[in-house]
Amino acid sequence: MSQTGRPVLRVCGVHKSFTAAGGTTVALNGIDLDIEAGSFVSIIGPSGCGKSTLLQIMAGLASATSGEIFYGEHRVEGPPPDVLYVFQQYTRSLFPWKTVERNVAFGLENKGAISRAEIAGRTRELIGLVKLAGFERHYPWQLSGGMQQRVAIARALACRPAMLLMDEPFSAVDALTRVGLQELLRSLWRELNLTVIFVTHDVDEGVYLSTRVVALSRAPATIAIDVPIELPTPRDQIATRAQPAYLDYRARLLAQLFADEGLKSTEAA
Amino acid sequence: MTDITSIDHPPAVVPPPATRAGRLAVSWNTRALGVGFIVVLLILWEVAAVNAIFPPMSFPRMSAILSTWWQLIISGELLGELLPSLWRMFAGYFIGIALGVALGLVMGYVRFFYNLLEPITEVLRPIPSPAYLPIMILFLGIDDEMKIFMIAFASVFPVLLNTYSGVRSVDPIQLQTARTFGVSGRRLLTRIVLPAASPYIFTGMRVSLAVALIVMVISEMVAASSGIGYFILSAQRGFKIREMFAGVLTLAMLGYILNRLFLLIENRVLAWHYGYTQQRS
Repeated sequence: MSQTGRPVLRVCGVHKSFTAAGGTTVALNGIDLDIEAGSFVSIIGPSGCGKSTLLQIMAGLASATSGEIFYGEHRVEGPPPDVLYVFQQYTRSLFPWKTVERNVAFGLENKGAISRAEIAGRTRELIGLVKLAGFERHYPWQLSGGMQQRVAIARALACRPAMLLMDEPFSAVDALTRVGLQELLRSLWRELNLTVIFVTHDVDEGVYLSTRVVALSRAPATIAIDVPIELPTPRDQIATRAQPAYLDYRARLLAQLFADEGLKSTEAA
Repeated sequence: MTDITSIDHPPAVVPPPATRAGRLAVSWNTRALGVGFIVVLLILWEVAAVNAIFPPMSFPRMSAILSTWWQLIISGELLGELLPSLWRMFAGYFIGIALGVALGLVMGYVRFFYNLLEPITEVLRPIPSPAYLPIMILFLGIDDEMKIFMIAFASVFPVLLNTYSGVRSVDPIQLQTARTFGVSGRRLLTRIVLPAASPYIFTGMRVSLAVALIVMVISEMVAASSGIGYFILSAQRGFKIREMFAGVLTLAMLGYILNRLFLLIENRVLAWHYGYTQQRS
């Protein structure tokens, strides 16, 4: 990871408000964030705080009310080609009329200037990387939830993105499947030199996976705390999660979330 | 590192890749009841005709109708009438559904075209096709052009409306996914919107097929010198009642066969859709 340390994605003073019949709600209230190349950044926060909205704005899928996103030198106005997005709802994000193979090849087929042989090769490689060899001709809806999300990850990685934005990607699968997906993601992140921004509501998942955890406050959201995670690598589902440092990070972040929650309920009372 | 990646192993039983048999595979046991009922009705017909319950002139025996039908098939006369009918019907039908899909897609995809075309669609759609037949004869005469135009016109609307609904109901997450891969504009329309809307489009095409058959017969009854509709009406006028019934019987068979063929194709093309919806429910 030679490029570590240089910011690839910069979030500058992003505000987002929604106007509905009842009036205007402010979701994001001034977010500034620099994402370094090669880092694995988790964004956590109470549900409904706008962390998914922030991710969509970073991906160019939604626009900010004010403020800007820069990817490298360029201002983000639509989805940048180097940045791919993995949705929480894999059943809806995968194309049900395409087989696993065709789904994984989708991004490549639409890039242009890639030969058919190369598409086939990369598709096979990625299907192997996410351990789905033998399921090429199956349709996504014939697979388990964890397998479907691996198809979605393979589809994104086949395009060799520099950055992966993931919106609670593992929250719809059972606990053991989730552990498997976390390990897979960690290893892909390291092998492929990716930068990952990972939205989750699970503090443990955030701390375990990341090199940095950013906690948002309740809406209108600002950055509550920004914690670099300095846990030794390689990480281990059992040993890492038992380390005092891990527990310390976890406690700090949870305390922050609870404090935020508590403040809200006293006010409401 | 503990190796836990393999925990999410494939489930023991994975359903086989989609087959197309699906909805067509109704066993003969379930079929027998309905088919038997038809046979009973035909026998009742025969009995009623033998006992002259209705005037024999206009209510011939079923056995006589069937033997007349068979003779008309062997002599090639029925086929000679069916071929021009089928040609008109399919020419009109394919023009109609092509237009219906194209218009439905742009109306669903581009707000401007919806605002432009929705009112006129709503005005034209409720007009029963026989009502504009005289106008068509005025402008296009009584030849094939008129009939094809009539059939095409009537076939447009079911496909158009269903295509439009299909486009509107494409999952926004599928569209966003495509956008993150840099797919937009016409490519998004053909690569994502069209296949995603295809279950709706097929429903519309099936309705249009029935409509095309109806309009074909009507237009041939009003103005034609060939075709199955013309055959039925002129048989009635010439007091060839058995021939008339044989013609109607032919239409029933034609309708049945067309629908079956359609389902066969639909099951093949939309196998993914049946699997997907089954899995989600």
